[in-house]
Amino acid sequence: MSVQRADSNRLHPHKFTLWVAIGSIIMMFAALTSAYIVRHAQQNWLEFEMPKVFWYSTVVIIISSITIHLSLKAFRARERLRYRMLLGITALLGVLFAILQGFGFYDLYSRGIQIIGDGSNPSASFLGIITGLHVVHVLGGVVALLIFFIRAYSTRIKTYDSTPQEILSVYWHFVDILWIYLFIFFHLAG
Amino acid sequence: MSNEAILQTGVGGAHTAGVHEEHHEHHHHETFITKYIFSQDHKMIAKQFLITGMVWAVIGGAMSLLFRWQLGYPNEPLPMWVQDILGKWWVKDGHITPEAYYALVTTHGTVLIFFVLTAGLSGTFANLLIPLQVGARDMASPLMNMLSYWFFFTASIVMLSSMFVETGPFSGGWTAYPPLSALGDASPGSKTGMDLWLIAMALFVVSQLLAGLNYISTVLNMRTKGMSMTRLPLTIWGLFFTAILGVLSFPVLFSGFILLIFDRNFGTSFYLSDIFISGVGPLPHEGGSPILYQHLFWFLGHPEVYIIILPAMGIVSEIMSINARKPIFGYMAMVGSLFAIAVLSFLVWAHHMFVSGLNPFLGSIFVLLTLLIAVPSAIKVFNWLTTLWRGNIRFTPAMLFAIGFVSIFISGGLTGIFLGNSALDIHLHDTYFVIAHFHLVMGVAAMFGMFAGVYHWYPKMYGRYMNNTLAYIHFWLTMIGAYLIFWPMHYQGFAGMPRRYYDYTPWVSFDHFEGLNRFMSTVAIIVFSVQILFLFNFFYSIWKGRKVRTQNPWGANTLEWTTPIKPGHGNWTGEIPEVHRWPYDYGKDNREFIPQTTPVGADENIH
Repeated sequence: MSVQRADSNRLHPHKFTLWVAIGSIIMMFAALTSAYIVRHAQQNWLEFEMPKVFWYSTVVIIISSITIHLSLKAFRARERLRYRMLLGITALLGVLFAILQGFGFYDLYSRGIQIIGDGSNPSASFLGIITGLHVVHVLGGVVALLIFFIRAYSTRIKTYDSTPQEILSVYWHFVDILWIYLFIFFHLAG
Repeated sequence: MSNEAILQTGVGGAHTAGVHEEHHEHHHHETFITKYIFSQDHKMIAKQFLITGMVWAVIGGAMSLLFRWQLGYPNEPLPMWVQDILGKWWVKDGHITPEAYYALVTTHGTVLIFFVLTAGLSGTFANLLIPLQVGARDMASPLMNMLSYWFFFTASIVMLSSMFVETGPFSGGWTAYPPLSALGDASPGSKTGMDLWLIAMALFVVSQLLAGLNYISTVLNMRTKGMSMTRLPLTIWGLFFTAILGVLSFPVLFSGFILLIFDRNFGTSFYLSDIFISGVGPLPHEGGSPILYQHLFWFLGHPEVYIIILPAMGIVSEIMSINARKPIFGYMAMVGSLFAIAVLSFLVWAHHMFVSGLNPFLGSIFVLLTLLIAVPSAIKVFNWLTTLWRGNIRFTPAMLFAIGFVSIFISGGLTGIFLGNSALDIHLHDTYFVIAHFHLVMGVAAMFGMFAGVYHWYPKMYGRYMNNTLAYIHFWLTMIGAYLIFWPMHYQGFAGMPRRYYDYTPWVSFDHFEGLNRFMSTVAIIVFSVQILFLFNFFYSIWKGRKVRTQNPWGANTLEWTTPIKPGHGNWTGEIPEVHRWPYDYGKDNREFIPQTTPVGADENIH
């Protein structure tokens, strides 16, 4: 079979799969945020101010999107060390994002706003569960980043095909954009 | 073809496991475990889905016999051996206990809808047919495909285990509406049984998402040379839309489940408000709305019924054209109506909620959208009938089930027009009319699609035929029996007989249905035993069936019949064939059939 890349502008099947998966994740958050809107329209809805720390986490995740983009460029330029370093920084920023979200939850807790348990209001519960699910998706990305990071130490594997890196970076940009959507959503709808 | 190449060079450095290019049948060593258990071959995964689905169909079907016994013979004790099998939690004084009755109807619904008619039907045929009919060596990601089965298997084990816990399996109906599903104190089945139900369903959703992603990207990216979308067999179109529906609607169900889990276990109040349980007292939950769950549930729940029926429609279209020796009538109309059904299926969920306190004006919009589905459904029915019209019909068992599908689909579909009207629904909702409607249009019809598919592609799966005599007995008794069971339920429903009741004997107004109930239950037992005959035929034929000696036993056009009689992992020994035409050139230019791989002749019209 002739291996030619005549139609290399066609999407790689794995990358395509990721796009469909992103559609699927979007549906999950669309369901939750529309449930939020529906519930918000009813009575007994606790109004409270969003934790300030979410602004910092937003900045952190935007920076991480830049670093993963640079790491992809470094990979394509075959600069292994730079690629590895930027990958590591992205993973760290992902962890930092998760920690900052945790601070956000603590902030709510210290103001007496309960996410779960007796006396919790759906308003706070929604915020907690939606952001919590988002953090889970970020941490999933961090796991993938770490696997790539460790792999970048191995000198045995010599492949210059950047498809896996591209898939990872698309996913990472997606969770970034997803957070920005949620952040704006909570400010407008909440 | 090119994507085969991309996958080969693309993924990482090491890739010995995946798809091999040529003459690989005896190249890589397959152990028992990699071949039969943790297999990444789509054909083996299809068989795994099918046989797991069969096991569940037997369990779920047997459950229906138990509650049909209670309905048909409320005064007769169950046979002793049945009592011995079930044990004390399920049977008391020879009768199914009320708790067990509700557990049975709930598990019957959950298992049949999700495990049999979703995983068993599209899991089997999407896995078997997508790579074979689009001309690919395997799925886009064989690993994800394998994981999809094993998530399903784990879900099965968890669901099965819920039947053995002390408080019994979940018993609040397959829809799992809160508060019954959200409060452990609400009923015995809402305790551990519900936890296990939720875990099983969450695993099941993961399985369906992994599967759906794979199906979509395989259909769109892995087609062989010349296989344009308009040359795809209708089976693939049906499975493709099914996968899209699944990928878009299961996450919504998952969201609903997440909120439910938090309400159950972490004291939130998404669905709960102002509840008092006797013996427990008032609950602290405040501000929730159970209607919210219904919206999230039915946003999946309605597409789910099309997830069940679209693969069956695709299978029936394909089998009908092959065995009528005629091109399918209105190929593009068939694709278009599948598309229309897929789109509309997302816009009708609230017709399940007409009497939930939904705004009646909102309801009227959902009535309109619901009734619109009759249009593409009717297009499909007329196209099937016109495909049969003046066909040179071969009544193979698969063809009989395909024709039976159309009959059942019409009968069940027409009552959908009744139920789609919010005004009529005030009377008909939660009666046996609803049971009759969805069992015919979704349950029996999809089962018929599945049977048709099994009989038709059995030679491809096992290299042998199933026994025809047994198959004909299976068809006729099932066909007649299905009508005898579900037809009378329409009358009961019109009379207002509510569903889900344990005992109608104290209810004088339904006394005259006593004989009818007994009749339906008796037929149900007969029909169930005929299915055992089918299972015997299936498993017996794997080893003892008549061997397939020709590559293309049905004289079909599609690509799966160009593979060896027993294809190995990778499907084609040489290169993947190129496709030159659509799959429905039957009876063209005085030739009985022209396979898709035949180049278009000089003086021939291209489709």
